Amino acid sequence: MSEIKPGVYPVPMTDPHADATTQPFWDAALEGRLVGPRCTNCTTVILPPQPRCFVCQNTVFEYVDLPGVGTVYSFTVVRHPLAPHLREAVPYVSAIIELDGTQGAGARMLANLIDVDPETVFIGDRVRVLFDKVSDTFAVPRFTKN
Amino acid sequence: MTMRDRTAIVGIGATPYYKRGESLPHTQLSMACDAIVGALEDAGLTVQDLDGFAIYSNSVDPAEVASVLGVPEVRFAASLTSGGGGSAGALGLAAAAIHSGMAEVVVSVMTLQQAGRRLGGTQVSAGGGGSTSANPYSAGGVPPSLAFTVGSGLLSPGSSFALLTQRHMHLYGTTREHLAEVAITQRSHAITRPTSLQTGPLTTKDYFASRMISDPLCLFDYTMENDGAVAAVMTSADRAKDLRHPPVYILGSAHGGAGRWGPAIGKYFQAPDEYFASSGHRPVAKRLYEMAGVTPDDVDVALLYDHFTPMVLMQLEDYGFCGVGESGPFVADGNIRLGGKIPVNTHGGHLSEAYIIGFTHVREAVEQLRGDAINQVAGAEIALVTGGPAGLPVSGTLLRR
Repeated sequence: MSEIKPGVYPVPMTDPHADATTQPFWDAALEGRLVGPRCTNCTTVILPPQPRCFVCQNTVFEYVDLPGVGTVYSFTVVRHPLAPHLREAVPYVSAIIELDGTQGAGARMLANLIDVDPETVFIGDRVRVLFDKVSDTFAVPRFTKN
Repeated sequence: MTMRDRTAIVGIGATPYYKRGESLPHTQLSMACDAIVGALEDAGLTVQDLDGFAIYSNSVDPAEVASVLGVPEVRFAASLTSGGGGSAGALGLAAAAIHSGMAEVVVSVMTLQQAGRRLGGTQVSAGGGGSTSANPYSAGGVPPSLAFTVGSGLLSPGSSFALLTQRHMHLYGTTREHLAEVAITQRSHAITRPTSLQTGPLTTKDYFASRMISDPLCLFDYTMENDGAVAAVMTSADRAKDLRHPPVYILGSAHGGAGRWGPAIGKYFQAPDEYFASSGHRPVAKRLYEMAGVTPDDVDVALLYDHFTPMVLMQLEDYGFCGVGESGPFVADGNIRLGGKIPVNTHGGHLSEAYIIGFTHVREAVEQLRGDAINQVAGAEIALVTGGPAGLPVSGTLLRR
């Protein structure tokens, strides 16, 4: 469990519960690398991984390294704690990130944006990934301003 | 041959509306039965006539309700998938059953009791419980996809819709003043109604003094969470002519949405840019107007699903009452108030009357078209009722007197 402090959402899972399709993502995450499954036919990147490419119906993907940077597509500042233990975490920023090296929609990531002043976050901000290792098997992707 | 005008709503029944958890010792089942029997009585029908259930969001188990009520024979029992997005579409499902000849008298119903659960915090168990086995969608194992979103801190529907709203503001210049106009207008409608749970006026000052929940949404942008039940009974247009009230005809009904909308709300947010900051209703609205043979200008009153104020704005765009991106200035000009271009949620809606997952809107549409609404739109002939946005399907139904 990551430390509870303002701006950092405490992730309630300590294992990614990976299957064969998602395990490479989490293996790379533990090494601090952001990777994504790319369709071997049409190069569409799909996150979270899915069984088929929604563009061409291909079922074969290869994991490729992504730059680990992206752009804030939208965000919200969560100010109301929905559970008692979140009182120490709010306000925190939850964001949708469009990743460089992908087509955008279909490979967006939802992540906690940390080490930022919530009042100065804007759509279009450039951000980079940080991996928060919460256990030996799970490194949670968060983002911060680049 | 479409089902236009072939079926009608002939009866409406409802329990009182309660603050969340205050409907005890009633139960979800007892309130559903009260609403259904009330709707049958309103129509001049009995349980002996009822032969179909067309529901959404798992409101009831038709097997249980039919057994409790002593329905002689069930000939149709079906549900739209997903949640509140199916509220208006359930009327279309009932109409389809009747028009196809599968059943004659079909009820749609929503019953809700939130003493032990809260829809507004449905994802909190996964995000806040500290458990490694938590899954917001079932009691089973953890889906491998959950790890991709669990770190985001997006725990509630409100935060999800805040993301769409923030994008809408970014693209079109929509402001919190525009959201306030929706909340304040609907409150002004609610306070004339004895059924409303909100009874005092809401001012701009109140709105801006309230606490922020998930930017850019504050307390008054959120629906209430309530208990109660509402039911609508439908039958064929032929049979409807002989019943107690003038029929309220199903002019058209559509549900669904763009295929890539599916996982957009609450899970992955992967919808294409052209309709990300929308209500998801645009393709549904197009099919609905085509079936009904009318245009937005023909609609006299709109009962729009309003779990969050910005989704009223985006539905005004998607149903063609204003251009895409123009809903903020449209409401600021007073167009959704009583006497405006298109009065919206004349009952106060989820925001200020009561939240029964879309079915108070159905009740209000029927009252408007019978001419006995408390905030009556003079001469109202055509009403729009919608369900969602939520996960696909979202839905819309046009009704006429």
